[in-house]
Amino acid sequence: MINQTIIEPGGKKRNYWKDLWKFRGLFYYLAWRDVLVRYKQAVIGIAWSVIKPLLTIIIFVVIGKLLHTVVPSGVPRAIFVCTAILPWNFFSTAFSESSSSLLANSNLLTKVYFPRLIVPASTIIVSLIDFVTSVGLLFLFMIYYRYVPGWSLALLPLFLIQATMIAMGAGIFIAALNVKYRDFKFIVPFIVQFGLYISPVAFSSDYVYHSDKIPGIIKFIYSLNPMVGVIDGFRWCVLGGGINLYMPGFLISIGISIMLVVLGVWYFRRTERSFADVI
Amino acid sequence: MEPVLKIENLSKKYILNHQAQERYVALRDVITNKAKSVLGSKKEKVPKYSEEFWALKDVAFEVNQGDRVGIIGRNGAGKSTLLKIISQITEPTTGKITINGRVASLLEVGTGFHPELTGRENIFLNGSIMGMSKKEIQSKFDEIVAFSEVEKFLDTPVKRYSSGMYVRLAFSVAAHLEPDILIVDEVLAVGDVAFQKKCLGKMEEVSGHGRTILFVSHNMQAIQKICTKSVLLKYGKIIAIGDTDSVIEEYLNTNTNNQSVYEIESLENESTMPGFITRVQFEDLNGTPVNEIPIGRAWQARITLKLNRKVEHFITGLGLVTQFELPVCTSWTTPKDLEAGEYEVLFTNEDIMVTRGIYNIVIGLSENKVAFQYLDKGISLHISDVSDLVKEERIVNTESGLLINQMKAKIIRK
Repeated sequence: MINQTIIEPGGKKRNYWKDLWKFRGLFYYLAWRDVLVRYKQAVIGIAWSVIKPLLTIIIFVVIGKLLHTVVPSGVPRAIFVCTAILPWNFFSTAFSESSSSLLANSNLLTKVYFPRLIVPASTIIVSLIDFVTSVGLLFLFMIYYRYVPGWSLALLPLFLIQATMIAMGAGIFIAALNVKYRDFKFIVPFIVQFGLYISPVAFSSDYVYHSDKIPGIIKFIYSLNPMVGVIDGFRWCVLGGGINLYMPGFLISIGISIMLVVLGVWYFRRTERSFADVI
Repeated sequence: MEPVLKIENLSKKYILNHQAQERYVALRDVITNKAKSVLGSKKEKVPKYSEEFWALKDVAFEVNQGDRVGIIGRNGAGKSTLLKIISQITEPTTGKITINGRVASLLEVGTGFHPELTGRENIFLNGSIMGMSKKEIQSKFDEIVAFSEVEKFLDTPVKRYSSGMYVRLAFSVAAHLEPDILIVDEVLAVGDVAFQKKCLGKMEEVSGHGRTILFVSHNMQAIQKICTKSVLLKYGKIIAIGDTDSVIEEYLNTNTNNQSVYEIESLENESTMPGFITRVQFEDLNGTPVNEIPIGRAWQARITLKLNRKVEHFITGLGLVTQFELPVCTSWTTPKDLEAGEYEVLFTNEDIMVTRGIYNIVIGLSENKVAFQYLDKGISLHISDVSDLVKEERIVNTESGLLINQMKAKIIRK
């Protein structure tokens, strides 16, 4: 028997992951579309993915210098900020794009069948490509400041994976919520903006974790932000010995990242079948 | 032989929430409603006006390999819901569908087309959305392009296409799908007539290869041409199933609600329009309203309309269209400049004799040759075959054609 499909209320559960694999071509094409469309009619095209973080870094460096914020000794301030801006930009674009992806593709949801998880997942690819391009910026800084990273740089992809998990988990969770409750359309930009201030972009986590003035409870709450772990990880990879990875904080961050993915996938799968009726 | 598509007591329920004005739920509403139900006394409780609505109820039928099945019914009969469930876009509430083979559904032409992408890029994108693999698309690419007749614009973003080109390209991709079961919703309603014919031809060719087709359309001619078997839906239930001709017959008979007077529902923007139609009445030459016109009898249509302001070069047009969407004739008033106010327009037909059946009436209003109102739905004229004129022999044969007027004919000895 070729290809038997059975449609029943509450069905589709068993074959879901198999279907997801079957539709990997669509995943590729949706990502390809987003990449193509992103810089269409933009004269300098993909250069934007370098210029945007560059401008942010310049602002952070200038303000940091004016306020005399602490930077680990021997680390150029631009590289210090860059190691945080790159993962943060990746997270914020991946998270915003994926959380609005279902609404943006509502015409697909109501007209064709495919595992809906493909839509938010494919948007991550664009952010990933932007990220990879912008890593060039980090290397430019390294060359300019003649900064030689240690062997730990090889572990950078692991933290990229963690950032992807966070963006994906939160993104698909909010994407599913967005279908029914449009409020999240307004909440997401707020999370992204607010997150930039409570993540260690302008300052160092060392400062927070080792300060005597900050109470333990605040330290704990601070570590609940999973992007803290990612940014610390990036700094540890690039800046090597100059930075200590605070292990308890790091483990909490990994735990939260995994929880986000589980929560996102669970909620998405639970509500997915009514998307076409509700959107 | 097992049927390729087997539908068993399929039902789909929607909950209509009359309270909610917005199309989607805002989190605020959920929170305030929850808060109200926790805090509020019984008196304050928000009444719930949600109502169950069965878009489909106990639908069951089977489709065999190579069947071409038409699904017909009035708007809201559940046709689209049925197709959506079969295409797995939405889940049924109860029932079961068993499909043997690959399904492709064409519920819209150009699903996922991106305006910024070129024709070439969109072929790949749309193809993959419709379930084709990259290899399949590549192997059929030239054929798709040739069919669409847009070779020259292949590398132009589709946002610069004319709507005709857009539709042609989109349909070409769809026409080259090779599923075991093809599901088509009213998509042929768009595009120019020549291309529509080409598409219908392609579909017939496709079905010639033993492919199974499920086809929804309001175009009875297309259904008749393509489908061997049809299903008639009404309010979510199957009321007829069988060979296409008899089901269409049934549809045309149930489709009418004989009326002599049509009050036209007021439009939202009617105060900003130059004028609008309020009422249409069919009557005999004495002005008596009639539900049906006996075949061959003269009749008139009395249209009541209101002009909000002075209208220059005002024309009213009235057309007769068959249930197969074939225009029979159209008549116009002579242009006139009119002051604001209420008017009646009278169209009298004494000469054109059409055969029995139900005709859709299309009415248009225009100012300086620009139409500002066009009514093409909801008004129908019933010509009944009961007529004394047949006995009088003014009508030789009521089945002789769409028009039953006689030409002058005589025999001359040479």
